[in-house]
Amino acid sequence: MNPEFEHLYQALSKVDGFIYPNEIELSWSVLIVLYPFITGLVAGAFILASLERVFNVKSLKPTYVIALLTAFSFMLVATMPLVFHLGQPFRAWEIMITPHLTSAMAIFGFVYLWYLMVVLLLEIWFDYRVDLVIWSKTATGFKRIVYKALSLGSDDISPKSVKLDDKLGYIVTVIGIPSAFLLHGYVGFIFGSIKANPWWSTVMMPIIFLFSAMVSGIALVMVLFIVINYLRKQKIDMLCLDTIAKYLFYIIIIDFTMESLDQIHRFYEAEESFEIISLLISGHLNFTLLIMQIGVGMMLPLGTLGVLQFYKPAAHIRKAIYFVVGILVLIGIFFMRWNVVIGGQLFSKSFLGFTSFKLSLIGSEGFLMASIWLVVPFFILTFLLWLFPPWKKTPVDH
Amino acid sequence: MTEKKTSLSRRNFFKNAGIAAGTLVAATTLPAFDAVLYAAVKRNPKGPWYGIAIDIEKCIGCGTCAKTCKIENDVPQEPFFFRSWVEQYTILKDGSIKVISPNGGIDGFTQSTSADDIEKTFFVPKMCNHCAKSPCVQVCPVGATFETEEGIVLIDEKYCIGCKYCVQACPYGCRYFHPDKHVVDKCTLCFHRVKKGLNPACMDNCPTKARISGDLNDPESAISKFIRTRNVYVLKPHLNTGSKLYYNALNQEVR
Amino acid sequence: MPLHLKRLLMLGVLIVLLFLLLKHLLTPVSFGQFGHYRGKAIDEIAAHQVKFVGNKACVSCHDTIVTMKNEGYHSDLSCEGCHGAAYLHVDHPKLEKLFKPDSREFCGKCHSINKARPEKAVTQQNIKDHHPEDKCIKCHNPHQP
Repeated sequence: MNPEFEHLYQALSKVDGFIYPNEIELSWSVLIVLYPFITGLVAGAFILASLERVFNVKSLKPTYVIALLTAFSFMLVATMPLVFHLGQPFRAWEIMITPHLTSAMAIFGFVYLWYLMVVLLLEIWFDYRVDLVIWSKTATGFKRIVYKALSLGSDDISPKSVKLDDKLGYIVTVIGIPSAFLLHGYVGFIFGSIKANPWWSTVMMPIIFLFSAMVSGIALVMVLFIVINYLRKQKIDMLCLDTIAKYLFYIIIIDFTMESLDQIHRFYEAEESFEIISLLISGHLNFTLLIMQIGVGMMLPLGTLGVLQFYKPAAHIRKAIYFVVGILVLIGIFFMRWNVVIGGQLFSKSFLGFTSFKLSLIGSEGFLMASIWLVVPFFILTFLLWLFPPWKKTPVDH
Repeated sequence: MTEKKTSLSRRNFFKNAGIAAGTLVAATTLPAFDAVLYAAVKRNPKGPWYGIAIDIEKCIGCGTCAKTCKIENDVPQEPFFFRSWVEQYTILKDGSIKVISPNGGIDGFTQSTSADDIEKTFFVPKMCNHCAKSPCVQVCPVGATFETEEGIVLIDEKYCIGCKYCVQACPYGCRYFHPDKHVVDKCTLCFHRVKKGLNPACMDNCPTKARISGDLNDPESAISKFIRTRNVYVLKPHLNTGSKLYYNALNQEVR
Repeated sequence: MPLHLKRLLMLGVLIVLLFLLLKHLLTPVSFGQFGHYRGKAIDEIAAHQVKFVGNKACVSCHDTIVTMKNEGYHSDLSCEGCHGAAYLHVDHPKLEKLFKPDSREFCGKCHSINKARPEKAVTQQNIKDHHPEDKCIKCHNPHQP
C-alpha cells in the first residue's frame, strides 16, 4: 500500500453508510476554517472602530486605533491559509489576472484588495499622518526611515490639511462600513451559494457570517484591550470596556436569533436533506456544534453578559469576566466556522452517509500549520503597536 | 327579479371573461418554458452538442466502464479517485435503502443481501453529467474549468489552481483532486477520443452497450432517438444543472 | 490639494497601472479565444494518447479469433474490455503482451448471480456451486461461449 494514501484507506474503513467514491477526503480542511474565522475578525474589529468614528460612541475612543490595527494585522494574514491550501499555490495570481466573474471566490480577491488597500490602509494612514510627520522628526534609525517613507515626503501638518485629512478619513470610514459588510457577507456567500450542499445553501449564510464576524471581532478587540492595558500596567477605562461588552451582548443576541431562525426554518421545512442533516447535528457535530458553538460559545457568554447588564460587580471582577467571555466567544465562533466548513463536507451529497475527518498534527493542512496562521497576526500587531504606538499619538478630536 | 337578473348577468360576465382569458393563453407574452429534460439540448448552432445516455435496464454491473476509464485517462488506481463508477442500489422489503460501490464497481459486485429480503435492486453507472448550466464552471475562480462549444465540460490542468471550489459545487460527486497532478480532475467524455471520431472508452468497452453518447443536435443520432423513445430522467433535476446525462428507467431513489 | 494627497493619488494610480501591466503580461495568449478559458487547453486535451485502440486494430492480426467471437454471444464485446488497453501491444506485439484473464472471479463480474443484473441482458450462474474446482474456461471458450 502506498503510504501516501494510508490516511485515505483509514478514512475508507470509517465511512458510515454510502458516500460517492470521490467524497472520502474532505476538499477543504482546517485552513479553510481559518479563512472565514480570520476574515470575520477583521470585519468585526473594523465595525467596532467605526462605531466610535461614524456612530459617535465616544466611550469607545480608547479602542479605536487598537481595533483598526487589529483589523489590519489579521487582514494581512487572511489570504495566507487560502493560498497555502491550494493545490498549485504558485498559480494563485491567476485569480486576480483572469478572474471569472460568476465565481464568488474570484470576486473575493477584489473585495479583499479594496478593503485592505482602500479602506483599512487609508483610514489608518489618515489617522496617523500627523503623528508620522512629527515622529519622523524625532525618531532615529529604522523607525525614522519608515515614518519618513509613510509620510510620503510631506510634512504638511497645517490645521487646514489636518482638517481635510480628518474629513477624508471620515469618508473612508463611511465607505468602510458597507465594505466590511461586503467583505464578510461575501465570505458567507462563497458557502451560501453552493446549491449542491444543503448545509451551506441558505440565504441566511452571508447574514449569519456577518453577525458572527462582528461578534468575534468585538470579542477579540475586547480581549486585546484588556491584555494591552495589563501589559502596559495602565488602569483600564471601565466605561469603555463596559460599552464594548454591551455591544457584544447586543450583537450576540442578533447572531443567536439569526442562527436559530436558520436552523428552525431548516427543521420545520424538513426537505430532502433533513434526515442526513439531523444525523449530522446529533452525531458528527454534537460536540463542536451543540457544546462548543452553541453552549460554550453562545449561551454561556449570552447569559453572563446578560446578567452583567443588570448586576455590576466590582471593576476587577467584571474585567476578569469580560476576559473569559471574550475568549469563550472567540472559541465559539471558531467552532461555528468549523461546523460550517467541516460539517458541510462530512455528509455525502447522496444524503446517504458520512465520511470522517481527522485533523493531523503536522503537514500543510495540519494543526501546527493552522496554529501558526492564528499566531502570526498577533506578532504583526505587536510590531505595529511598537512602530505606531497609539498611546503616543497626538490627541485629535474627530 | 332584478336581483336575480343582476347575479345572472354577473355570472355571464365571469363566464365570458373566463373564455376570453382562456383564448388569451395562446397569445401570452410569457416565453415558452424549457422542459427540464430538454433544457440542455440544442445549444450549439454551429456543430455537435454532446450528451450521454445510459440504459439501466442493460447495465449488468461488471464495472468495465470504471476500469477502462481509469486506464484510458491516467486516473490513480486507488479506490478514492473516479471519473466513472457504478453504484448498486438495493431497496429492501422493509423499505430501507442500501447503496454500495466497492472500488467504484471495478472488481464487480457480490450480492451481500439475501435475495428474499430484496424488494428491488439495480445498478446505476455514474459519470460527469456535462451539465449545460454547470455549477462547477460557474464557481471556478480563474476559468480553469469550462464548457466547450460542443457542450463538454473540461479542466485545463495547466491553469487550475487547485482550490477545489468546483468539487464542492458538483452535486454529483464527479470531481476529485488528482494526487499527482495537484489539480482537480474529472471525466472529459474522452475528449481526445471524441475529437478523433472515436467513442469514449467506457462506451466502447461496455459489454452490453448500455451507454451511448452523441450529438443531441442531430435528431437522427442514436442518443436523440434514445431520449425521444424512452422515459428518460436526469439526476437531481430540482438543482437545474441542465444535466446532459440521461438515464432510461432511473429509479426515483437514485441521488 | 496638499502635497501628501497628490503623492497618495500618484501612488494609487501607479498601483493600478502596475496591475494593468501585470494583467496584460500574465494573461495567457489564447485566453478568451472561445470563452473565459485558455483556448489552447482544448488542443492540449484533444492531443492525449488514445489507449483503447478498438476491435479494428485487433482484426489485422487476430482475424480468426475476432470473427469467432463476433459470431457468438460475445459479439458485442470489445476485445480490450477483457484483455486491457492495447495501445502498446499494437506497436510492440512481441514485447507488450496483453492480459489473458482466466479466473472464475473475472467471469463472475458479469455472470455471477446478482438480482440487480437484468436477466435478459446476461446469462447468470451461481459460481459457488457450479463446478467450483474448475476454471470457467475449461468448458467455456470465452470467444465462443
